Amino acid sequence: MTLDVRLRHAFAGFTLDIAFAAPAGVTALFGRSGSGKTTVINAVAGLLRPDAGRIASDGRVLFDSAGGIDVAVHRRRLGYVFQDARLFPHLTVRQNLLYGRWFAPRGPGETLERVLDLLGIEPLLARHPGALSGGERSRVAIGRALLSNPAMLLMDEPMAALDEARKAEILPYLERLRDETQVPILFVSHALAEVARLATTLVVLEGGRVQRAGPAQDILSDPAAVPALGIREAGSVLAARLARHEADGLSRLETPAGPLWLPRVAADPGAMLRVRIAAQDVMLALTRPEGISALNILPATVTAVRLGEGPGAVVQLRAGTELLLARVTRRSAEAMGLAAGRPVFAVIKSVAVAQSDIGGSG
Amino acid sequence: MTDWLTPEEWRAVALSLRVSFWATLISLPVGIAVAYVLARYRFRGHQLLNGLVHLPLILPPVVTGYLLLLTFGRKGAVGAFLDQTFGLVFAFRWTGAALAAAVMAFPLMVRAIRMAIEAVDPRLEAAAGTLGASRPWVFVTVTLPLILPGIVAGAILAFAKAMGEFGATITFVANIPGQTQTLPSAIYAYLQVPGGDGAAFRLVLVAIAIAMLALLLSEWVGRSVARRIAGA
Repeated sequence: MTLDVRLRHAFAGFTLDIAFAAPAGVTALFGRSGSGKTTVINAVAGLLRPDAGRIASDGRVLFDSAGGIDVAVHRRRLGYVFQDARLFPHLTVRQNLLYGRWFAPRGPGETLERVLDLLGIEPLLARHPGALSGGERSRVAIGRALLSNPAMLLMDEPMAALDEARKAEILPYLERLRDETQVPILFVSHALAEVARLATTLVVLEGGRVQRAGPAQDILSDPAAVPALGIREAGSVLAARLARHEADGLSRLETPAGPLWLPRVAADPGAMLRVRIAAQDVMLALTRPEGISALNILPATVTAVRLGEGPGAVVQLRAGTELLLARVTRRSAEAMGLAAGRPVFAVIKSVAVAQSDIGGSG
Repeated sequence: MTDWLTPEEWRAVALSLRVSFWATLISLPVGIAVAYVLARYRFRGHQLLNGLVHLPLILPPVVTGYLLLLTFGRKGAVGAFLDQTFGLVFAFRWTGAALAAAVMAFPLMVRAIRMAIEAVDPRLEAAAGTLGASRPWVFVTVTLPLILPGIVAGAILAFAKAMGEFGATITFVANIPGQTQTLPSAIYAYLQVPGGDGAAFRLVLVAIAIAMLALLLSEWVGRSVARRIAGA
Protein backbone atom coordinates (compact mmCIF):
# COMPACT_ATOMS: atom_id res chain seq x y z
CA MET A 1 0.00 0.00 0.00
CA THR A 2 1.54 3.25 -1.13
CA LEU A 3 0.06 6.63 -1.81
CA ASP A 4 1.88 8.65 -4.43
CA VAL A 5 1.17 12.34 -4.48
CA ARG A 6 2.45 14.96 -6.85
CA LEU A 7 0.53 18.18 -7.17
CA ARG A 8 0.68 21.86 -7.92
CA HIS A 9 -1.94 24.35 -6.91
CA ALA A 10 -1.86 28.13 -6.98
CA PHE A 11 -3.58 30.31 -4.44
CA ALA A 12 -3.48 34.09 -4.27
CA GLY A 13 0.16 34.82 -3.42
CA PHE A 14 1.05 31.21 -2.64
CA THR A 15 1.89 28.18 -4.71
CA LEU A 16 1.80 24.63 -3.49
CA ASP A 17 4.21 22.39 -5.36
CA ILE A 18 4.89 19.09 -3.70
CA ALA A 19 5.60 15.43 -4.28
CA PHE A 20 5.86 12.63 -1.76
CA ALA A 21 5.09 8.96 -1.24
CA ALA A 22 3.28 7.61 1.79
CA PRO A 23 4.12 3.93 2.41
CA ALA A 24 2.15 1.66 4.72
CA GLY A 25 1.95 2.83 8.32
CA VAL A 26 1.32 6.35 9.55
CA THR A 27 2.54 9.22 7.41
CA ALA A 28 2.48 12.63 9.03
CA LEU A 29 2.26 15.84 7.00
CA PHE A 30 3.91 18.27 9.34
CA GLY A 31 4.08 22.03 8.95
CA ARG A 32 3.00 25.33 10.38
CA SER A 33 -0.42 26.77 9.55
CA GLY A 34 -0.40 28.03 6.00
CA SER A 35 2.18 25.52 4.82
CA GLY A 36 -0.39 23.77 2.64
CA LYS A 37 -1.02 20.62 4.67
CA THR A 38 -4.80 20.70 4.57
CA THR A 39 -4.82 21.52 0.86
CA VAL A 40 -2.78 18.38 0.21
CA ILE A 41 -5.08 16.12 2.21
CA ASN A 42 -8.19 17.69 0.63
CA ALA A 43 -6.73 17.11 -2.83
CA VAL A 44 -6.07 13.47 -1.93
CA ALA A 45 -9.65 13.11 -0.69
CA GLY A 46 -11.01 14.76 -3.83
CA LEU A 47 -12.56 17.71 -1.99
CA LEU A 48 -10.23 20.09 -3.82
CA ARG A 49 -9.16 19.82 -7.43
CA PRO A 50 -5.50 20.80 -7.80
CA ASP A 51 -4.33 22.74 -10.84
CA ALA A 52 -2.05 19.93 -11.90
CA GLY A 53 -0.55 16.70 -10.66
CA ARG A 54 -1.17 13.03 -10.14
CA ILE A 55 -2.44 11.13 -7.11
CA ALA A 56 -2.39 7.35 -7.03
CA SER A 57 -3.21 4.92 -4.28
CA ASP A 58 -1.57 1.53 -4.71
CA GLY A 59 -1.31 2.12 -8.44
CA ARG A 60 -4.99 3.13 -8.68
CA VAL A 61 -5.00 6.60 -10.21
CA LEU A 62 -7.33 8.93 -8.32
CA PHE A 63 -6.34 12.11 -10.07
CA ASP A 64 -4.23 12.83 -13.11
CA SER A 65 -4.43 16.24 -14.72
CA ALA A 66 -2.49 15.02 -17.78
CA GLY A 67 -4.75 12.00 -18.30
CA GLY A 68 -7.92 13.92 -17.45
CA ILE A 69 -8.70 11.58 -14.55
CA ASP A 70 -10.54 12.89 -11.50
CA VAL A 71 -12.24 10.14 -9.51
CA ALA A 72 -15.30 11.41 -7.63
CA VAL A 73 -14.97 11.84 -3.86
CA HIS A 74 -17.38 9.02 -3.06
CA ARG A 75 -15.54 6.56 -5.29
CA ARG A 76 -12.07 7.18 -3.81
CA ARG A 77 -12.70 5.07 -0.72
CA LEU A 78 -10.54 7.20 1.53
CA GLY A 79 -11.90 7.59 5.04
CA TYR A 80 -11.57 11.21 6.10
CA VAL A 81 -11.50 12.19 9.78
CA PHE A 82 -12.15 15.92 9.89
CA GLN A 83 -10.77 18.29 12.46
CA ASP A 84 -14.32 19.22 13.45
CA ALA A 85 -15.62 15.60 13.43
CA ARG A 86 -18.62 16.50 11.23
CA LEU A 87 -20.93 13.89 12.70
CA PHE A 88 -24.46 13.92 11.28
CA PRO A 89 -26.60 15.67 13.89
CA HIS A 90 -29.82 13.92 12.88
CA LEU A 91 -28.39 10.42 13.34
CA THR A 92 -27.46 8.50 16.47
CA VAL A 93 -23.87 7.45 17.11
CA ARG A 94 -24.74 3.97 15.85
CA GLN A 95 -26.28 5.36 12.64
CA ASN A 96 -23.30 7.65 12.18
CA LEU A 97 -20.90 4.74 12.55
CA LEU A 98 -22.79 2.59 10.08
CA TYR A 99 -23.39 5.36 7.55
CA GLY A 100 -20.48 4.37 5.30
CA ARG A 101 -21.54 0.72 5.43
CA TRP A 102 -24.38 1.45 3.04
CA PHE A 103 -21.95 2.44 0.35
CA ALA A 104 -18.83 0.44 1.15
CA PRO A 105 -18.02 -2.55 -1.02
CA ARG A 106 -18.58 -5.85 0.73
CA GLY A 107 -15.38 -7.50 1.79
CA PRO A 108 -12.94 -7.81 4.61
CA GLY A 109 -12.89 -4.74 6.76
CA GLU A 110 -13.34 -3.67 10.33
CA THR A 111 -16.45 -4.97 12.06
CA LEU A 112 -18.62 -2.77 14.25
CA GLU A 113 -17.70 -4.86 17.30
CA ARG A 114 -13.99 -4.42 16.73
CA VAL A 115 -14.24 -0.68 16.11
CA LEU A 116 -16.39 -0.22 19.23
CA ASP A 117 -13.79 -2.11 21.22
CA LEU A 118 -10.82 -0.35 19.63
CA LEU A 119 -12.20 3.13 20.31
CA GLY A 120 -14.14 2.44 23.50
CA ILE A 121 -17.37 3.93 22.16
CA GLU A 122 -19.87 1.16 22.83
CA PRO A 123 -21.62 3.09 25.65
CA LEU A 124 -22.29 5.99 23.26
CA LEU A 125 -24.20 4.06 20.60
CA ALA A 126 -27.70 5.30 21.40
CA ARG A 127 -26.71 8.93 21.86
CA HIS A 128 -26.87 11.80 19.39
CA PRO A 129 -23.73 13.78 18.49
CA GLY A 130 -25.10 16.82 20.31
CA ALA A 131 -24.73 14.95 23.60
CA LEU A 132 -21.07 13.96 23.13
CA SER A 133 -17.90 15.55 24.48
CA GLY A 134 -15.19 16.71 22.08
CA GLY A 135 -13.08 13.63 22.66
CA GLU A 136 -16.02 11.28 22.21
CA ARG A 137 -16.95 13.03 18.99
CA SER A 138 -13.43 12.56 17.63
CA ARG A 139 -13.50 8.86 18.46
CA VAL A 140 -16.87 8.37 16.79
CA ALA A 141 -15.60 10.24 13.71
CA ILE A 142 -12.60 7.91 13.53
CA GLY A 143 -14.86 4.88 13.91
CA ARG A 144 -17.21 6.15 11.22
CA ALA A 145 -14.34 6.59 8.76
CA LEU A 146 -12.90 3.15 9.62
CA LEU A 147 -16.23 1.40 9.08
CA SER A 148 -16.56 2.78 5.56
CA ASN A 149 -13.91 0.16 4.76
CA PRO A 150 -11.43 2.69 3.38
CA ALA A 151 -8.27 1.92 1.44
CA MET A 152 -6.61 4.61 3.55
CA LEU A 153 -7.48 6.87 6.44
CA LEU A 154 -6.99 10.64 6.11
CA MET A 155 -6.88 12.74 9.25
CA ASP A 156 -6.81 16.52 9.30
CA GLU A 157 -5.49 17.50 12.72
CA PRO A 158 -7.96 15.18 14.40
CA MET A 159 -6.91 16.54 17.78
CA ALA A 160 -6.44 20.24 17.10
CA ALA A 161 -9.85 21.15 18.48
CA LEU A 162 -9.22 19.28 21.75
CA ASP A 163 -7.62 20.41 24.97
CA GLU A 164 -4.57 18.64 26.38
CA ALA A 165 -6.57 16.25 28.52
CA ARG A 166 -8.76 15.17 25.58
CA LYS A 167 -5.67 14.79 23.38
CA ALA A 168 -4.14 12.48 25.94
CA GLU A 169 -7.40 10.54 25.81
CA ILE A 170 -7.35 10.13 22.01
CA LEU A 171 -3.66 9.45 21.38
CA PRO A 172 -3.65 5.89 22.73
CA TYR A 173 -6.60 5.06 20.45
CA LEU A 174 -4.71 6.37 17.44
CA GLU A 175 -1.71 4.26 18.45
CA ARG A 176 -3.93 1.20 18.61
CA LEU A 177 -5.30 2.11 15.22
CA ARG A 178 -1.75 2.21 13.85
CA ASP A 179 -0.69 -1.02 15.52
CA GLU A 180 -3.83 -3.15 15.30
CA THR A 181 -5.38 -2.34 11.94
CA GLN A 182 -3.98 -2.72 8.47
CA VAL A 183 -5.32 0.63 7.31
CA PRO A 184 -2.60 3.08 6.34
CA ILE A 185 -3.01 6.58 7.69
CA LEU A 186 -2.11 9.99 6.28
CA PHE A 187 -2.43 12.63 8.94
CA VAL A 188 -1.87 16.33 9.14
CA SER A 189 -0.42 17.94 12.22
CA HIS A 190 1.41 20.99 13.44
CA ALA A 191 2.24 19.42 16.83
CA LEU A 192 5.59 17.67 16.77
CA ALA A 193 4.98 15.72 19.98
CA GLU A 194 1.92 14.16 18.30
CA VAL A 195 3.93 13.39 15.18
CA ALA A 196 6.75 11.83 17.19
CA ARG A 197 4.32 9.51 18.92
CA LEU A 198 2.37 8.40 15.88
CA ALA A 199 4.29 8.78 12.64
CA THR A 200 6.36 6.14 10.91
CA THR A 201 6.95 8.39 7.90
CA LEU A 202 7.33 12.14 8.11
CA VAL A 203 6.81 14.74 5.39
CA VAL A 204 7.77 18.24 6.46
CA LEU A 205 6.07 21.04 4.52
CA GLU A 206 7.23 24.62 4.48
CA GLY A 207 5.78 27.40 2.35
CA GLY A 208 4.11 24.97 -0.02
CA ARG A 209 7.22 22.83 -0.60
CA VAL A 210 8.39 19.52 0.81
CA GLN A 211 11.28 20.37 3.09
CA ARG A 212 12.12 16.85 4.18
CA ALA A 213 10.54 13.45 3.70
CA GLY A 214 11.48 10.01 4.99
CA PRO A 215 11.28 7.65 7.95
CA ALA A 216 10.10 9.64 10.97
CA GLN A 217 12.91 8.48 13.27
CA ASP A 218 15.59 9.56 10.78
CA ILE A 219 14.18 13.03 10.31
CA LEU A 220 13.44 13.59 13.99
CA SER A 221 17.05 12.79 14.88
CA ASP A 222 18.58 14.81 12.03
CA PRO A 223 20.06 18.11 13.21
CA ALA A 224 19.63 19.54 9.70
CA ALA A 225 15.87 19.11 10.02
CA VAL A 226 15.68 20.99 13.29
CA PRO A 227 15.08 24.47 11.81
CA ALA A 228 12.10 23.17 9.83
CA LEU A 229 10.67 21.34 12.84
CA GLY A 230 11.21 24.16 15.31
CA ILE A 231 14.02 24.19 17.85
CA ARG A 232 11.76 24.21 20.90
CA GLU A 233 9.95 21.17 19.64
CA ALA A 234 12.88 19.21 18.24
CA GLY A 235 13.70 15.88 19.79
CA SER A 236 14.38 12.29 18.87
CA VAL A 237 12.36 9.17 19.56
CA LEU A 238 13.77 6.14 21.36
CA ALA A 239 12.28 2.69 21.06
CA ALA A 240 11.94 1.26 24.56
CA ARG A 241 10.62 -1.70 26.48
CA LEU A 242 9.14 -1.19 29.91
CA ALA A 243 11.22 -3.42 32.20
CA ARG A 244 9.56 -2.87 35.58
CA HIS A 245 7.96 -0.40 37.92
CA GLU A 246 10.17 0.29 40.91
CA ALA A 247 9.13 0.84 44.50
CA ASP A 248 9.95 4.57 44.59
CA GLY A 249 7.53 5.39 41.78
CA LEU A 250 9.97 5.25 38.87
CA SER A 251 9.75 2.94 35.88
CA ARG A 252 12.79 1.31 34.34
CA LEU A 253 12.87 1.24 30.55
CA GLU A 254 15.33 -0.69 28.42
CA THR A 255 16.42 1.13 25.30
CA PRO A 256 19.14 0.35 22.77
CA ALA A 257 20.87 3.46 24.16
CA GLY A 258 20.90 2.11 27.72
CA PRO A 259 18.51 1.97 30.66
CA LEU A 260 16.24 4.91 31.32
CA TRP A 261 14.42 5.74 34.55
CA LEU A 262 11.27 7.80 34.14
CA PRO A 263 8.41 8.76 36.44
CA ARG A 264 5.94 5.90 36.55
CA VAL A 265 4.83 5.10 33.00
CA ALA A 266 1.19 4.17 32.50
CA ALA A 267 1.80 0.78 30.88
CA ASP A 268 2.42 -2.82 31.93
CA PRO A 269 5.91 -4.32 32.16
CA GLY A 270 6.91 -5.76 28.80
CA ALA A 271 5.08 -3.05 26.84
CA MET A 272 6.89 -1.66 23.81
CA LEU A 273 7.04 2.12 23.92
CA ARG A 274 8.21 5.14 21.96
CA VAL A 275 9.79 7.79 24.15
CA ARG A 276 10.40 11.28 22.84
CA ILE A 277 13.45 12.98 24.29
CA ALA A 278 13.37 16.72 23.57
CA ALA A 279 16.72 18.13 22.42
CA GLN A 280 16.55 20.87 25.03
CA ASP A 281 16.25 18.32 27.86
CA VAL A 282 19.56 16.63 27.00
CA MET A 283 22.72 17.90 28.69
CA LEU A 284 26.23 16.84 27.61
CA ALA A 285 29.34 16.06 29.69
CA LEU A 286 32.83 14.97 28.67
CA THR A 287 33.31 12.75 31.72
CA ARG A 288 30.69 10.68 33.53
CA PRO A 289 29.16 13.20 35.93
CA GLU A 290 28.96 12.21 39.58
CA GLY A 291 26.98 13.59 42.46
CA ILE A 292 24.21 15.03 40.27
CA SER A 293 20.51 14.57 40.57
CA ALA A 294 19.84 13.44 37.00
CA LEU A 295 19.33 9.68 36.94
CA ASN A 296 19.87 8.97 33.28
CA ILE A 297 23.44 9.12 32.05
CA LEU A 298 23.97 7.47 28.68
CA PRO A 299 27.39 7.03 27.11
CA ALA A 300 27.31 8.28 23.53
CA THR A 301 29.41 9.47 20.62
CA VAL A 302 28.92 12.76 18.77
CA THR A 303 27.97 12.07 15.16
CA ALA A 304 27.22 15.60 13.95
CA VAL A 305 27.14 19.17 15.16
CA ARG A 306 25.03 21.83 13.55
CA LEU A 307 25.60 25.43 14.55
CA GLY A 308 22.48 27.56 14.49
CA GLU A 309 22.02 31.13 13.31
CA GLY A 310 21.97 32.40 16.88
CA PRO A 311 23.87 31.34 19.98
CA GLY A 312 22.63 27.75 19.85
CA ALA A 313 23.87 24.48 18.40
CA VAL A 314 22.26 21.08 17.89
CA VAL A 315 24.38 18.00 18.50
CA GLN A 316 23.47 14.57 17.18
CA LEU A 317 24.68 11.64 19.28
CA ARG A 318 24.76 7.92 18.78
CA ALA A 319 23.94 6.00 21.93
CA GLY A 320 23.93 2.26 21.27
CA THR A 321 22.00 1.95 18.02
CA GLU A 322 19.85 5.01 18.65
CA LEU A 323 20.29 8.64 17.69
CA LEU A 324 19.69 11.43 20.17
CA LEU A 325 19.62 15.20 19.75
CA ALA A 326 20.99 17.66 22.29
CA ARG A 327 20.52 21.41 22.22
CA VAL A 328 23.49 23.30 23.65
CA THR A 329 25.04 26.73 23.23
CA ARG A 330 27.74 27.37 20.62
CA ARG A 331 29.98 28.48 23.43
CA SER A 332 29.69 25.07 25.16
CA ALA A 333 30.10 23.23 21.88
CA GLU A 334 33.35 25.08 21.21
CA ALA A 335 34.65 24.87 24.78
CA MET A 336 34.03 21.12 24.90
CA GLY A 337 35.46 20.60 21.43
CA LEU A 338 32.32 18.81 20.30
CA ALA A 339 32.87 17.26 16.88
CA ALA A 340 32.00 14.04 15.16
CA GLY A 341 33.65 11.09 16.88
CA ARG A 342 33.96 12.71 20.29
CA PRO A 343 32.79 10.45 23.14
CA VAL A 344 30.41 12.17 25.58
CA PHE A 345 27.79 11.41 28.21
CA ALA A 346 24.20 12.44 27.61
CA VAL A 347 22.40 13.49 30.78
CA ILE A 348 18.60 13.39 30.83
CA LYS A 349 16.52 14.47 33.81
CA SER A 350 13.87 11.85 34.54
CA VAL A 351 11.18 14.42 35.19
CA ALA A 352 11.88 16.21 31.90
CA VAL A 353 10.10 13.46 29.99
CA ALA A 354 6.39 14.15 30.18
CA GLN A 355 3.77 11.44 30.20
CA SER A 356 2.57 12.78 26.84
CA ASP A 357 6.00 12.07 25.34
CA ILE A 358 5.57 8.36 25.93
CA GLY A 359 3.45 6.34 23.57
CA GLY A 360 2.80 2.73 22.76
CA SER A 361 4.36 0.98 19.80
CA GLY A 362 3.20 -2.31 18.39
CA MET B 1 -72.91 19.83 11.90
CA THR B 2 -73.63 20.71 8.30
CA ASP B 3 -76.60 22.86 9.21
CA TRP B 4 -74.77 26.05 9.81
CA LEU B 5 -73.32 26.16 6.30
CA THR B 6 -75.45 25.86 3.17
CA PRO B 7 -74.44 23.14 0.67
CA GLU B 8 -73.12 25.84 -1.62
CA GLU B 9 -70.95 27.24 1.15
CA TRP B 10 -69.69 23.76 1.96
CA ARG B 11 -68.77 23.24 -1.65
CA ALA B 12 -66.65 26.38 -1.60
CA VAL B 13 -64.83 25.24 1.56
CA ALA B 14 -64.25 21.72 0.24
CA LEU B 15 -63.07 23.04 -3.11
CA SER B 16 -60.63 25.40 -1.42
CA LEU B 17 -59.19 22.55 0.65
CA ARG B 18 -58.84 20.34 -2.44
CA VAL B 19 -57.28 23.13 -4.51
CA SER B 20 -54.81 24.02 -1.77
CA PHE B 21 -53.90 20.40 -1.06
CA TRP B 22 -53.06 19.62 -4.67
CA ALA B 23 -51.39 22.97 -5.27
CA THR B 24 -49.07 22.32 -2.31
CA LEU B 25 -48.41 18.66 -3.08
CA ILE B 26 -47.57 19.16 -6.75
CA SER B 27 -45.40 22.23 -6.24
CA LEU B 28 -43.42 20.74 -3.31
CA PRO B 29 -40.89 18.64 -5.30
CA VAL B 30 -40.42 21.48 -7.78
CA GLY B 31 -40.04 23.92 -4.91
CA ILE B 32 -37.37 21.76 -3.23
CA ALA B 33 -35.46 21.39 -6.50
CA VAL B 34 -35.58 25.11 -7.29
CA ALA B 35 -34.64 26.04 -3.71
CA TYR B 36 -31.68 23.64 -3.84
CA VAL B 37 -30.46 25.01 -7.16
CA LEU B 38 -30.81 28.62 -5.94
CA ALA B 39 -29.09 27.86 -2.62
CA ARG B 40 -26.22 25.69 -3.81
CA TYR B 41 -25.30 26.70 -7.35
CA ARG B 42 -24.09 29.92 -8.91
CA PHE B 43 -24.65 30.04 -12.64
CA ARG B 44 -25.58 32.43 -15.42
CA GLY B 45 -29.25 33.12 -15.08
CA HIS B 46 -29.26 32.61 -11.31
CA GLN B 47 -30.72 36.08 -10.85
CA LEU B 48 -33.20 35.49 -13.66
CA LEU B 49 -34.48 32.26 -12.09
CA ASN B 50 -34.68 33.93 -8.70
CA GLY B 51 -36.62 36.80 -10.24
CA LEU B 52 -39.03 34.50 -12.07
CA VAL B 53 -39.74 32.57 -8.89
CA HIS B 54 -40.47 35.77 -6.99
CA LEU B 55 -42.47 37.47 -9.73
CA PRO B 56 -45.93 36.29 -8.53
CA LEU B 57 -45.14 37.77 -5.12
CA ILE B 58 -44.57 41.22 -6.57
CA LEU B 59 -46.87 41.38 -9.60
CA PRO B 60 -50.50 42.34 -9.09
CA PRO B 61 -52.35 39.00 -8.80
CA VAL B 62 -54.64 40.05 -11.63
CA VAL B 63 -51.62 40.24 -13.91
CA THR B 64 -50.44 36.78 -12.89
CA GLY B 65 -53.97 35.44 -13.48
CA TYR B 66 -54.15 37.05 -16.89
CA LEU B 67 -50.72 35.66 -17.85
CA LEU B 68 -51.88 32.21 -16.76
CA LEU B 69 -54.99 32.63 -18.90
CA LEU B 70 -52.84 33.59 -21.90
CA THR B 71 -50.49 30.64 -21.41
CA PHE B 72 -52.68 27.89 -20.00
CA GLY B 73 -56.03 28.91 -21.45
CA ARG B 74 -57.57 26.69 -24.13
CA LYS B 75 -56.06 28.92 -26.82
CA GLY B 76 -52.80 29.48 -24.96
CA ALA B 77 -49.67 27.79 -26.26
CA VAL B 78 -49.18 25.45 -23.31
CA GLY B 79 -52.88 25.08 -22.58
CA ALA B 80 -53.70 23.94 -26.09
CA PHE B 81 -50.82 21.48 -26.08
CA LEU B 82 -51.81 19.96 -22.72
CA ASP B 83 -55.44 19.74 -23.81
CA GLN B 84 -54.64 17.94 -27.06
CA THR B 85 -51.90 15.68 -25.68
CA PHE B 86 -53.15 14.75 -22.22
CA GLY B 87 -56.68 16.04 -22.21
CA LEU B 88 -55.66 18.22 -19.31
CA VAL B 89 -57.68 21.43 -19.17
CA PHE B 90 -56.98 24.27 -16.75
CA ALA B 91 -59.23 27.06 -17.93
CA PHE B 92 -62.40 27.44 -15.81
CA ARG B 93 -61.75 24.15 -13.97
CA TRP B 94 -60.71 23.48 -10.40
CA THR B 95 -57.33 22.30 -11.76
CA GLY B 96 -56.82 25.85 -13.02
CA ALA B 97 -57.57 27.18 -9.54
CA ALA B 98 -54.95 24.76 -8.17
CA LEU B 99 -52.44 25.93 -10.78
CA ALA B 100 -53.07 29.58 -9.92
CA ALA B 101 -52.78 28.86 -6.21
CA ALA B 102 -49.56 26.89 -6.75
CA VAL B 103 -47.96 29.67 -8.78
CA MET B 104 -48.93 32.32 -6.23
CA ALA B 105 -47.71 30.24 -3.27
CA PHE B 106 -44.51 29.10 -4.96
CA PRO B 107 -42.27 32.05 -3.93
CA LEU B 108 -43.17 31.64 -0.26
CA MET B 109 -42.47 27.91 -0.39
CA VAL B 110 -39.13 28.33 -2.16
CA ARG B 111 -38.00 31.05 0.25
CA ALA B 112 -38.66 28.91 3.32
CA ILE B 113 -36.94 25.82 1.87
CA ARG B 114 -34.03 27.80 0.47
CA MET B 115 -33.35 29.31 3.87
CA ALA B 116 -33.32 25.82 5.41
CA ILE B 117 -30.89 24.55 2.74
CA GLU B 118 -28.57 27.51 3.25
CA ALA B 119 -28.48 26.68 6.97
CA VAL B 120 -27.17 23.15 6.26
CA ASP B 121 -23.41 22.99 6.69
CA PRO B 122 -21.98 21.94 3.29
CA ARG B 123 -19.11 20.36 5.21
CA LEU B 124 -21.53 17.71 6.46
CA GLU B 125 -22.42 16.93 2.85
CA ALA B 126 -18.72 16.73 1.98
CA ALA B 127 -18.22 14.33 4.89
CA ALA B 128 -21.00 12.10 3.55
CA GLY B 129 -19.24 12.11 0.18
CA THR B 130 -15.98 10.87 1.70
CA LEU B 131 -17.95 8.02 3.29
CA GLY B 132 -18.97 6.80 -0.14
CA ALA B 133 -22.31 8.53 -0.71
CA SER B 134 -22.92 9.90 -4.21
CA ARG B 135 -24.59 13.30 -4.61
CA PRO B 136 -28.17 12.03 -4.78
CA TRP B 137 -27.58 9.82 -1.74
CA VAL B 138 -26.02 12.70 0.18
CA PHE B 139 -29.14 14.72 -0.57
CA VAL B 140 -31.52 11.97 0.54
CA THR B 141 -29.63 10.89 3.67
CA VAL B 142 -28.16 14.16 4.94
CA THR B 143 -29.59 17.28 3.30
CA LEU B 144 -33.24 16.24 3.17
CA PRO B 145 -33.56 15.16 6.82
CA LEU B 146 -31.81 18.34 7.94
CA ILE B 147 -34.10 20.65 5.93
CA LEU B 148 -37.29 18.81 6.87
CA PRO B 149 -38.44 21.59 9.26
CA GLY B 150 -37.99 24.11 6.43
CA ILE B 151 -39.93 21.90 4.03
CA VAL B 152 -42.79 21.54 6.51
CA ALA B 153 -42.82 25.28 7.15
CA GLY B 154 -42.73 26.00 3.42
CA ALA B 155 -45.53 23.55 2.68
CA ILE B 156 -47.83 24.93 5.36
CA LEU B 157 -47.10 28.50 4.32
CA ALA B 158 -47.89 27.55 0.73
CA PHE B 159 -51.10 25.80 1.81
CA ALA B 160 -52.25 28.85 3.75
CA LYS B 161 -51.41 31.14 0.84
CA ALA B 162 -53.29 28.83 -1.56
CA MET B 163 -56.35 28.91 0.72
CA GLY B 164 -56.39 32.69 0.54
CA GLU B 165 -55.58 33.13 -3.15
CA PHE B 166 -58.15 35.30 -4.86
CA GLY B 167 -56.94 37.70 -7.54
CA ALA B 168 -55.13 35.33 -9.87
CA THR B 169 -57.72 32.61 -9.39
CA ILE B 170 -60.75 34.71 -10.23
CA THR B 171 -58.96 36.17 -13.26
CA PHE B 172 -57.82 32.79 -14.57
CA VAL B 173 -60.77 30.49 -13.81
CA ALA B 174 -63.56 32.95 -12.88
CA ASN B 175 -66.02 32.32 -10.06
CA ILE B 176 -68.22 29.35 -10.97
CA PRO B 177 -70.00 27.87 -7.95
CA GLY B 178 -69.04 24.22 -7.48
CA GLN B 179 -66.38 24.49 -10.19
CA THR B 180 -63.95 27.27 -9.40
CA GLN B 181 -65.61 29.12 -6.55
CA THR B 182 -63.07 28.86 -3.77
CA LEU B 183 -63.56 30.21 -0.25
CA PRO B 184 -62.33 33.76 -0.98
CA SER B 185 -64.27 33.87 -4.26
CA ALA B 186 -67.40 32.77 -2.42
CA ILE B 187 -66.97 35.44 0.24
CA TYR B 188 -66.52 38.00 -2.50
CA ALA B 189 -69.63 36.76 -4.33
CA TYR B 190 -71.79 36.86 -1.19
CA LEU B 191 -70.70 40.39 -0.47
CA GLN B 192 -71.90 41.43 -3.94
CA VAL B 193 -75.50 40.41 -3.32
CA PRO B 194 -77.96 42.05 -0.88
CA GLY B 195 -78.41 39.94 2.28
CA GLY B 196 -75.27 37.91 1.66
CA ASP B 197 -73.49 39.27 4.76
CA GLY B 198 -74.48 36.32 6.94
CA ALA B 199 -73.06 33.72 4.57
CA ALA B 200 -69.92 35.80 4.02
CA PHE B 201 -69.40 36.10 7.76
CA ARG B 202 -69.76 32.34 8.28
CA LEU B 203 -67.15 31.69 5.61
CA VAL B 204 -64.86 34.28 7.16
CA LEU B 205 -65.04 32.31 10.43
CA VAL B 206 -64.17 29.11 8.55
CA ALA B 207 -61.22 30.84 6.89
CA ILE B 208 -59.94 32.06 10.25
CA ALA B 209 -60.32 28.59 11.78
CA ILE B 210 -58.43 26.89 8.95
CA ALA B 211 -55.65 29.49 9.06
CA MET B 212 -55.24 29.07 12.83
CA LEU B 213 -55.24 25.30 12.52
CA ALA B 214 -52.56 25.39 9.81
CA LEU B 215 -50.44 27.70 11.93
CA LEU B 216 -50.68 25.49 15.04
CA LEU B 217 -49.97 22.39 12.98
CA SER B 218 -46.87 23.95 11.44
CA GLU B 219 -45.59 24.99 14.87
CA TRP B 220 -46.14 21.51 16.26
CA VAL B 221 -44.66 19.62 13.30
CA GLY B 222 -41.73 22.04 13.11
CA ARG B 223 -40.94 21.59 16.79
CA SER B 224 -41.13 17.81 16.76
CA VAL B 225 -39.00 17.54 13.62
CA ALA B 226 -36.42 19.94 15.02
CA ARG B 227 -36.33 17.98 18.26
CA ARG B 228 -35.73 14.74 16.41
CA ILE B 229 -32.90 16.28 14.37
CA ALA B 230 -31.21 17.96 17.32
CA GLY B 231 -31.40 14.56 18.96
CA ALA B 232 -32.23 15.68 22.45
